[in-house]
Parts: sequence; structure tokens; C-alpha cells
Amino acid sequence: MTDPLIIAGKSYASRLLIGTGKYRDFAETRAAVEASGAQIVTVAIRRTNIGQNAGEPSLLEALPPSQFTYLPNTAGCYNAEDAVRTLRLARELLDGHDLVKLEVLGDPHTLYPNMPETLKAAGTLVKEGFKVMVYCSDDPIQAQMLEAIGCVAVMPLASLIGSGMGILNPWNLQLVLDKLKVPVIVDAGVGTASDAAIAMELGCDGVLMNTAVAAAKKPVQMARAMKKAVEAGREAFLAGRMPKKLYAASPSSPTEGKISSKAA
Amino acid sequence: MIQVTVNGAARRFDGPVNVRQVLEALAMAGKKVAVERNGEIVPQSLHHQVMLENGDALEIVVAVGGG
Repeated sequence: MTDPLIIAGKSYASRLLIGTGKYRDFAETRAAVEASGAQIVTVAIRRTNIGQNAGEPSLLEALPPSQFTYLPNTAGCYNAEDAVRTLRLARELLDGHDLVKLEVLGDPHTLYPNMPETLKAAGTLVKEGFKVMVYCSDDPIQAQMLEAIGCVAVMPLASLIGSGMGILNPWNLQLVLDKLKVPVIVDAGVGTASDAAIAMELGCDGVLMNTAVAAAKKPVQMARAMKKAVEAGREAFLAGRMPKKLYAASPSSPTEGKISSKAA
Repeated sequence: MIQVTVNGAARRFDGPVNVRQVLEALAMAGKKVAVERNGEIVPQSLHHQVMLENGDALEIVVAVGGG
């Protein structure tokens, strides 16, 4: 595997992480995940529908944990206690699986992270042996705090969850990238392929998205587009872009040997 | 008779029950679920041993699609 994404000592060929929410059905979820090439998929933990789930298909059947790395999340949690409880349940549910996505939300309108509660939950989870990938603000100081606590990946938002507004503050992401050694993964805000490419061109280690794929008119096709965008952005980052120049025009063709009736 | 709360709803059982029997009564035996009792995880291996007490609160969860 060349240029793998390494999280908590495990290598992944794909730098695109996909959420499994908001699809029409499990068949579409499966098709989109396959088209994206993602190896890590996020899932939510919810109360069972008692009495209504007799023959209902399950996500675990559609996306067998033997084929994908599950990343159980704490979506919908507004305090550290609920988030920690949710992930303890996830670990029990998934036979001791300890790679998790922590997100503690601030309010239901913005879904912006509640950073004090996020830091508190991260501390507890790391102590309990979880490998924590953490959704957070793009504040470089708090990102460093999360790294110092022992989180295995730091995942700042690029814009609000589900907004599709793209990379609103590339400068802050740059600050986070400059400061951190653990993988930095843009989580939330990507709307279309170019957004994902921009995140990767900035030097992010990966991109996590759900709505951008699930809410596209053709989710499977968008999943394919995102795969290419993440790969293209990564390669462009590794290749090193040319400097931007307003003038100093430098033609791509030779200046010598032109036919010309007059001197320029 | 004991009364417990399962996923926020009250349930009554005629006699002493353990966690596994509750799952069986709710047609969830053998399904991939995780159980929490009064805020503490009940490991799968202990479902048949942990007896419920009157007033216990159980949470029974599964994995669903999410971002």
C-alpha cells in the first residue's frame, strides 16, 4: 500500500470515510459505500424498536463489520456523559471494537461541537482504552488539547454538519495541520467533489462525509466522484502546487524561435 | 411481579427475570444488541446471570445508519 492513512497504527488505503445515514435503504447505503472505496464507515447507536423489528434487515448485515471498519459515533449527544455511555454500548455491541468517533454537540440548530464537553469525554474515553477520533471546532489550541489527551485523529468541521457549505476557513485548518502530528480529518461541511479536493490539497489526512453523498440526486455517482476528488486532492498535495502569481506571466511554450513580423 | 423500564417504556414481568429472559420476551433473543442496566453495561456473557430488580432501567441498542 503506497501512502496509506494510518490511524492508531492501522493502515487504510482510502482516505475517504463515509457516513451511513440518510440513504433510501441499505442497498443504496451499500452501493454508495462500495463506490466511494471507503474502508471506514460511521454508524450510530440507537434504541431498538421493540416489537417492530422482527424481520427488519440490519445495518450489520448490509455492511458486515468483517468487511468494513466500523466507526460508531455519538451523534445526538449533547454532554460528555451521554457520549461516553453511548460508546461503551457501542464497544459491547461490536465485540470490544474500540475505534470510535466522539462528537458532543452544542445545540440542535448548528450541531456545532461543545468543546468543553468534548474534551471531558475524550479524557474519559482515552483512559478507558478507546481509540478516539474526535469531531471538533477548527480551533488550533483545542485541537492540540485533544491530541495531548491522546485522541488518535482530530476531525475539525469545515462548515456546519449537513450544510454542504464547503471549506469556510482554510486558514484555520492550516493552523490545525501545522500544529498536530496525529491525522487531521475534515469532518462535516463538504458539499461536493471540489470541497473534498480542497481539503486534501490543504494537507488534510482524510475527509469524512455523509450528507454530501446521501443527499446528492445520485448518491452512488457522487460517492464515485468523492473517491476521485480525495485521491486527486491528495496527489496534488503530495506533488506540491506551483506558487500563485498575479503577474510575472510565464508562457508554457518556448519564447524562442517564434515567427513574427514585428518585435513584441 | 416486577416493573422495569425498557428503552424508556414501562414493562411488567410476573416473576424474577434475567436479562436474557427479557430479550427473549421482547423477541430479541439472538439479535445483535447491547444492553445497559442502570447506566452500566451488561456484557453478553452475563445476560443469563444478571437478575432484574424492581425499578431497573434497561437500554437496549443496535447499530443504525449515521454520519
